Amino acid sequence: MEVVRSTPKTVPSTKAPTGIAGLDEITGGGLPRGRTTLLTGGSGSGKTILALQFLVHGATECDEPGIFVAFEETPSRIVANAETFGWDLPDLQKDRIFFMDAQPQMDFVQSGTFDLGGMLAVLGAKATAMKAGRIVFDAIDIVLSLLPSPAAQRREIYRLHSWLLAHELTGIITLKSGTEDGGAASRAFGFMQFMVDCAVILNHSVVLGVSQRNLRVQKYRGSAFDENESPFLIGKGGFEVAVTRTLRGAEGRVTSERVASGVERLDTMLGGGYYRGASVLITGFPGTAKTTLSGAFAEAACLRGERTMFVSFDSDANEVIRNLGSVGIELGRFVQDGSLHMVSARTITGSAETYLVKIKTLAEAHRARCLVVDPISTLSKSGNELTAHSVAERLLDWSKAAGITLVCTSLLDEMSSHSEGGSPLQISTLADTWIHLNYLVQAGERNRGMSIIKSRGTAHSNQVRELVLSDTGIAVTDAYTAGGEVLMGTMRWEKESAERHAAEALAVNARLRSVRLEAEEAELEARVRSLQIELAAKKTEKAVLTRDDHAREQETLLGQDRLRELRGADDREAQSGPR
Amino acid sequence: MSEEVFSFRLYIAGNASNSREAVANLTRLCEKYLVGRHEIEIVDICQDPGPALTEGIYMTPTLVMVSPDPGRRIVGTLSNTEPILQILGLRPAVRRFPGLKGRLAASSG
Repeated sequence: MEVVRSTPKTVPSTKAPTGIAGLDEITGGGLPRGRTTLLTGGSGSGKTILALQFLVHGATECDEPGIFVAFEETPSRIVANAETFGWDLPDLQKDRIFFMDAQPQMDFVQSGTFDLGGMLAVLGAKATAMKAGRIVFDAIDIVLSLLPSPAAQRREIYRLHSWLLAHELTGIITLKSGTEDGGAASRAFGFMQFMVDCAVILNHSVVLGVSQRNLRVQKYRGSAFDENESPFLIGKGGFEVAVTRTLRGAEGRVTSERVASGVERLDTMLGGGYYRGASVLITGFPGTAKTTLSGAFAEAACLRGERTMFVSFDSDANEVIRNLGSVGIELGRFVQDGSLHMVSARTITGSAETYLVKIKTLAEAHRARCLVVDPISTLSKSGNELTAHSVAERLLDWSKAAGITLVCTSLLDEMSSHSEGGSPLQISTLADTWIHLNYLVQAGERNRGMSIIKSRGTAHSNQVRELVLSDTGIAVTDAYTAGGEVLMGTMRWEKESAERHAAEALAVNARLRSVRLEAEEAELEARVRSLQIELAAKKTEKAVLTRDDHAREQETLLGQDRLRELRGADDREAQSGPR
Repeated sequence: MSEEVFSFRLYIAGNASNSREAVANLTRLCEKYLVGRHEIEIVDICQDPGPALTEGIYMTPTLVMVSPDPGRRIVGTLSNTEPILQILGLRPAVRRFPGLKGRLAASSG
């Protein structure tokens, strides 16, 4: 809405915004400025409201006063009927919107043909006086049917068209379509379709007992537009058109920022949490803690200070808060400070489209960054499944485009348990992260198992974990496998304590062994030391021994010389020598 | 009743063919049936849109009776004189409104 509102002031546009967000998106900015748009639809299809909203938006937001020419209803009735939309028509009527009561008088008598020249002359004067930029001719078929011949009808349509062009007014001409009064209207319709620059068809049908309103742009000269039927509804603020698919803007918002899921271990399993702007699907049977998990997400978002909306289809808002309080998720405080908006969607009645548009409107009004829809599978109950699927798809597309992190839960019924988690709306393929919750019944216990089936763009654990709810919150614990079976609950606890005992025993043993080894080591070290000392002693002994031998040898030699000296010439060798 | 003056206001849109035709038809009718007891005021909406806006006259040409039977309107070129004469009380509408026979007969006499 903000984008649309700023357009006329900043950029001179060839389009006149209608203020109807969806319609402006389909047409790429609004109706052709200074040209004529034909709006057709059966009775009660919302033509008058759309046309009136176009004028109101022009008068309040685009500084373009408007004229409403009413052929079918008195202006006072139109104003009264539109009172609920909060447009403040009585005030606008003073100088910004002029209502012309152009109903043919009940008792008028006709003689010969007539034309609309007088009306256009009056309108021309009025338009100039009030500087009008927009004009609506509501239910032109009423006056056309009074004209005596098809030729006269064509002439008047042509007159009207050229008058609009000459005055450069952006016009809407509404025309009843339908078979009941065929003749005049359908002939005129064919001719008008050629003439106008833009044609919009409103359609109201009932599919399987559920009311379904659709809008389709049939032609738009010189502009691209979405050709598909788009559902719409008439809500509190007037017209609300559900845009089928607008992926523009979605690309720019891709981010690698993570947001906490509210469960610490789950964040670890996902490699840091959900991606900002991602769509998360939580599937599971009734009572598998889907709501609790989404509640944890909402609480985490509020704790980060992000505006959050929680849509509950199952129960009343206060019930949800109370129930989540029992597992330590306190949402009441955030409702009070205004950051959390709890919506009980049980109060919304209507088709899946109605839900979607309401959710979108409320989320936009709340400026929500995080959104929880619990459960989204309710949509398939409203209307046929085919439309519900496209609604769910659009909810995902829209939240992604708006950068809203969406967590939706989906209920699985017992029948579909064979195909694990085959979500009835087939949105599991669209969701970025898919968490599946289920029960494991084992050894007389029913325990909650949680597994991440997929998570785009993130490494994630492939193990089934156990989800444990307590009054302090949610915890995810490891599940054990033993003999090919996953152990949970008490069996997990038993296994855990057994393992704890075993680990303790192991620790004691290890300690004992290390002490022993230390002792042995010390002993060896002592022995090494004593041997070293012994060795040193031996070495010394040996050194002493060697020195004694040498000394003795010297002594002996010295002794012999001395002896010879003492004996003198009687030495045998000395006597024989000279001989 | 016979001396009653018929006063008309004819709204036209400029020089449009339908409007011209209506002026001619009305003049002819008055000259034929209401000699000396009629007044015609012609209002051109293109020149003076005010009165038409006040009175809510949007289809042109429109003949509004000022008297008698003020406010009675006849839309169109007035090419078909029969319904006009009935409204003016100049023709008894025997077939369509048998109940009105007496009154219409009295006023036309």
